[in-house]
Parts: sequence; structure tokens; C-alpha cells
Amino acid sequence: MAAIYSLYIINKSGGLIFYKDYGSAGRMDTNDSLRLASLWHSMHAISQQLSPVSGCSGIELLQADTFDLHCFQSLTGTKFFVVCEPGTLHMENLLKHIYELYTDYVLKNPFYEMEMPIRCELFDINLAQAVQKDRVALLGR
Amino acid sequence: MAPVAPKSGDAIFASVDRVNAELFTLTYGAIVRQLLTDLEEVDEVNKQLDQMGYNIGVRLVDEFLAKSNVNRCVDFRETAEVIAKVGFKMFLGVTASVTNWDAEGTTCSIILEDNPLVDFVELPDTCQGLYYCNILSGVIRGALEMFLFPSPSGVNENRSHVAA
Repeated sequence: MAAIYSLYIINKSGGLIFYKDYGSAGRMDTNDSLRLASLWHSMHAISQQLSPVSGCSGIELLQADTFDLHCFQSLTGTKFFVVCEPGTLHMENLLKHIYELYTDYVLKNPFYEMEMPIRCELFDINLAQAVQKDRVALLGR
Repeated sequence: MAPVAPKSGDAIFASVDRVNAELFTLTYGAIVRQLLTDLEEVDEVNKQLDQMGYNIGVRLVDEFLAKSNVNRCVDFRETAEVIAKVGFKMFLGVTASVTNWDAEGTTCSIILEDNPLVDFVELPDTCQGLYYCNILSGVIRGALEMFLFPSPSGVNENRSHVAA
């Protein structure tokens, strides 16, 4: 039982740099995931313009009948968003934690090129642990 | 979701792993000496230090944002204060002060009273014009550029020269 369906990380130009899916629901092939990422990047930017309230920093939560989409944008423009079951709690904390993992295992790797797809094993391992811990915590409740 | 309060530089500095200050000073000194040997020209070394700092800054800024939870600064004054009080405290363990504002509020000086990079360092006469800590100005430039904030920062004072 996966509360999280998939995780996406987009760089500041809207390119997909990381995609991971958990479970068969919402699994996408590469082209679809790239398309979704740039679509989300544009929608996120448009939402900042459309907002009736000034100082809006973009969509944080999208709720649909079969999924929720939580998005976190760092001040540097990198977006982390997760597609999950409707009503899943604590996704903002998970996204914040994933941001910290990104700053550690991706950015501090001197061989990682900025804005490029993430191919860092340590990031994958720690991300899997974080998601697993989150899943266990959710089930325990 | 309730916004998380920004953390103080002290609190973050206390919570991260730290390394021996002497090792840090020696490592930086070795880098500068090697650059002087390889490049020979003081201007080239300054440029190289700035570039190295830039590469650090673009990566460091997300670490800074993740750990400190600061909100978007409203103007450059606030940015300079955050860099001096939270940024330098968090990474170097020392607090810097911001002075020397110009009339428009677009330039300032960030002064480090106690700079771990220059402990025990005295610049010889052969290195006139060397900005020993130029890596720091590169770091700030790289970090600010990630906010789409291009700012050419320059090191004006060289504390190690003053000490000599």
C-alpha cells in the first residue's frame, strides 16, 4: 500500500532532473514524465501571476479525486513535488526533508553538474529510507 | 501549514558537524599557495579564487536555505544582513558586520572581525594586490546569482595585509 505514488524534482528552467515512482499507480514512461514536469513548471509559474493575493509563490497543493499533488519550491527555483493518495498527511515535511537530502547528497557531490539529471546513488539510498520511514509512520498511526 | 520560524546562525552552527579550524586554515593556505605557484600572476589567482568561490556558492545556497528557513528578503539591505549574521555564522562560525552603505543602498561592506581563513597569515610584499579571501566574495556572488540576482561583489579589504 503506497501512500506516495511518485516524486518529481524540477530544476529552475523546468527540466525534470529526478523522477521516482512508488507502486504501479501513476507510473509513467520517460517522455510522459518529462512532459508532465514542464507542464507543471508552467502551471506553477502561471499560478503566481493569477493569484489574487500578492506575494504568492505558486501552487502548493493540488487536490483531485484520485490523488493529491504537494509541491515545494525552494527560493532558488528548484521544485519538489509528490503525487500521493488523497488525504495523505505530512507531505510538506517529507518534501522539506527531501530538499535537505538534495542539498546534502546531490549538491555536495562535486561530480554532480548543476541543473543536470540526478544520478547520485547516495541520494537514492537515503531517499528510499526517508520514504520508507514515512510510510511506516503513516501505517503506524 | 504553519511557516517554520527562521533559525539563528548560532543554532545551526551548533547542530552541524564541525572540523578542526587549523586544518581548515591550512587547507585554504595550501590552495592559495598552490594557485600562486601554478598561475604566478596575482590577478589570475584572484580570478581563480573567485571562480572557485562561485562554484561553492551556487551549491551552498540551497544548504543555507534548507537549514536556516529564512524567508525571501525584501531588499538588498536585508539580504546583506542575512548573509552577515546568519550565513557567515552558520558556515564560518563568525559573525560579520555590514557597514559602508552608499546613498542608494546598492553597495555595502561586509566586515569580518575574526576570519578563520586568515589565522596566522601574513602577506609578503611579493603578493601585493592578492585578495587572499577572494573565495568568500566568489561564494557570495555564486549564492546570490542563484536567486537571479547577479551582483559583482569584490573584496576591498584584506585583513591579512592589515595584520602584517
